[in-house]
Amino acid sequence: MKPGNTELRAEPSPPERVSRRFDWRRLIALVRKESLQAIRDPSTILIAFVLPVVLLFLFAYAVSLDVREVRVGVVLESDAAAAQSLAAAFAGTRYLQVTPARDRREVIDQIVAGKLRGFVVIPQDFERRLSAGKAQPLVQVITDGSLPNTANFVSNYAQGVVQTWAAGRGKTMPTPAISLEPRYWFNAELESRRSLVPGAIAIVMTIIGTMLTALVVAREWERGTMEAVLSTPASVVEILIGKLLPYFALGMIATLGSAALAIGVFNVPLRGSLLALMTLSAVFLIPALGQGLLISSVTKNQFLASQIALFSGFLPSFLLSGFLFEIDAMPQWIQAITYVIPARYFVSSLQTVFLAGDVWAVFVPNLAAMAAIGVVFFAIARSKTRKNLEA
Amino acid sequence: MRRLFRTLTSARLRAQIVKELLSILRDPRSRLVVFAPPLMQLLIFTFAATLEVRNAEIAVYDRDAGRWSHEVVARIGAADFVKRLHTAHSPDELRRLIDERQVIAAIDFAPDFSRAIAAGEPATAQVIVDGRRSNAGQITVGYLNTIVAEVGATARPDLQIASPVSIRHWFNPNLTYRWFVVPALSGILMFFSALMITSLSIARERELGTFDQLLVSPTTTLEIIVAKAVPALAIGAALGLMMISAAAFIFRVPFTGSFVMLLPSLLLFILSVVGIGLMISSISATQQQAILGSFAIGVPAVLMSGFATPVENMPTVLQWLAEAIPLKHFLIIVVGTFLKAMPPADIIANTWPLGIIALVSLTMASWFVRGRLQ
Repeated sequence: MKPGNTELRAEPSPPERVSRRFDWRRLIALVRKESLQAIRDPSTILIAFVLPVVLLFLFAYAVSLDVREVRVGVVLESDAAAAQSLAAAFAGTRYLQVTPARDRREVIDQIVAGKLRGFVVIPQDFERRLSAGKAQPLVQVITDGSLPNTANFVSNYAQGVVQTWAAGRGKTMPTPAISLEPRYWFNAELESRRSLVPGAIAIVMTIIGTMLTALVVAREWERGTMEAVLSTPASVVEILIGKLLPYFALGMIATLGSAALAIGVFNVPLRGSLLALMTLSAVFLIPALGQGLLISSVTKNQFLASQIALFSGFLPSFLLSGFLFEIDAMPQWIQAITYVIPARYFVSSLQTVFLAGDVWAVFVPNLAAMAAIGVVFFAIARSKTRKNLEA
Repeated sequence: MRRLFRTLTSARLRAQIVKELLSILRDPRSRLVVFAPPLMQLLIFTFAATLEVRNAEIAVYDRDAGRWSHEVVARIGAADFVKRLHTAHSPDELRRLIDERQVIAAIDFAPDFSRAIAAGEPATAQVIVDGRRSNAGQITVGYLNTIVAEVGATARPDLQIASPVSIRHWFNPNLTYRWFVVPALSGILMFFSALMITSLSIARERELGTFDQLLVSPTTTLEIIVAKAVPALAIGAALGLMMISAAAFIFRVPFTGSFVMLLPSLLLFILSVVGIGLMISSISATQQQAILGSFAIGVPAVLMSGFATPVENMPTVLQWLAEAIPLKHFLIIVVGTFLKAMPPADIIANTWPLGIIALVSLTMASWFVRGRLQ
């Protein structure tokens, strides 16, 4: 070591001293600047406060998987009193909206056009079939299989209507030798809203954490202001914390707001503790922000960043997180992909904290996984940031 | 009209279109990002989006330990959809297995289960289901019911129960979910790609300051709109055709309808999305605003399009709103063309709303651009 160097360390010149230390005042100034910039942009407000409300509302009311008011046709080919009473039973149900017809040709076109989701044929010889007993089916049900979900509902529900009707006429169907009596824990009424709304919070947080961060940081790179900030005495860590802290706060506020909406407006119970909910959200934001940062420091371009954030952050959090589709039912290679998607751990934790309570046996492994993914994302993002400066 | 025609064929416009196309496709990275992720997503999400239950773990709490409970357990253990059976020895253990999400359902046999069957009485077993996964839980119960009915038929062969209805599913006899998902997902991915590409186009120029240069040049508003719309339309259509061929040839979804009818509706669909994208772009000051704006419009639009649930199940106000969503109409067309051999009249009934959306949104976009001019 050269003597000059030691001298310099013993009596450091002012600018160098500033650059070495982690300076709280500088960090606060950076955070303040970023926060103001975020709040003053109307698009941030739109994404952080308006979109979550719209999304939760849609998940609660529009995307309910509980089918209601399905339009079906009832083709009454027989004039017998029994046939008429069965047709009336269909017309009287809560879940079907019935279009009556006398001829099946009237409804076939409407199935193709998508105006009806299925139809029930009460055949001409209905009376004869009824008296013949259990040997042959009473009615025929045709569904629109192009919407498999609805088709399933129509066929099951139509079967139920016929069974109830038959039971009501004293023509009891023989009880099966063994039957199952299902009980749904945590969600006794089987409202899909109760599992969808907690999951929707994960989507909102992914949008704020990954999408927004990726865009904001990519803009700095694109405009060249990132290089300008990096050349100041502020250290890389300070700059990154300064950038991310406001979005972390925004994410936490959005979670609190969404949780309040879910509980107060959409009647989703919070059976766990608020502390657990906030801990889970805070830890989820680590990989979410890390992913955003990583995307931006790799692309350095807003168009690329937005596309990659969409396809690697938003859509997977929707489709590969267990929010809409069971992970266990996916092929092995897709299940392997889901392990690196932070939302996977967050969705299952959120559903548990809202519906089941504080089950730490579920939370702890999920928290660990989210934190680990986050650390990896940050480490790669940091090394990318440094490398680009040296190059 | 003649002026419009002259505008559309002028060399200046052609040059602008080429420039816009190059600005998206020249950079190899953005060329990759425009085409590769949507196609990859189609592949991944097609396999991910399933409404079946597979690899399920189920708990058994057998207080009966008789002949028939063993029979039921053995058949469940051998069923295709079950990966593993857990044995619970106490109600607490059963509760823990459900609470910790180790099993999706647990069967609880009462001590008199086998005795009841032997005595010829109806026997019931309780199934406790994890309501956090309400959808998969219900499907699991359906599978278990089938197994139990089979055992019941062996136990009491005299009780033959015929279903009172005969069921037929048209267009998709086995209700293969993939047949619905692949065409629908193609529509969603086309929608997002086209929306994102166009929403950035004007906003990027504005952020970089080159939009002012464009405004002082002899270019007309119409030319700006056309020059921005055509490349996005071309890219979106190329992407759409790739996905539709993938659906037909790779995923083997039956294509029963007419391609000749599908193509114009596809173009009109993308044009209407491009119109919405340009509208967002022309009112955004920065790229960030444009992206987030298109996101704030796009995500609710997908949710209300009828992909997740039929539109008629939504509240009435949302059903009206859904009419303004291009994806809603296109999903009917694309699924109908693939599976239902939809006749031209039904396709046209869903195509003209697309034309109106395109017309309104493109007019609004050029109006906003002109608003900037004055």
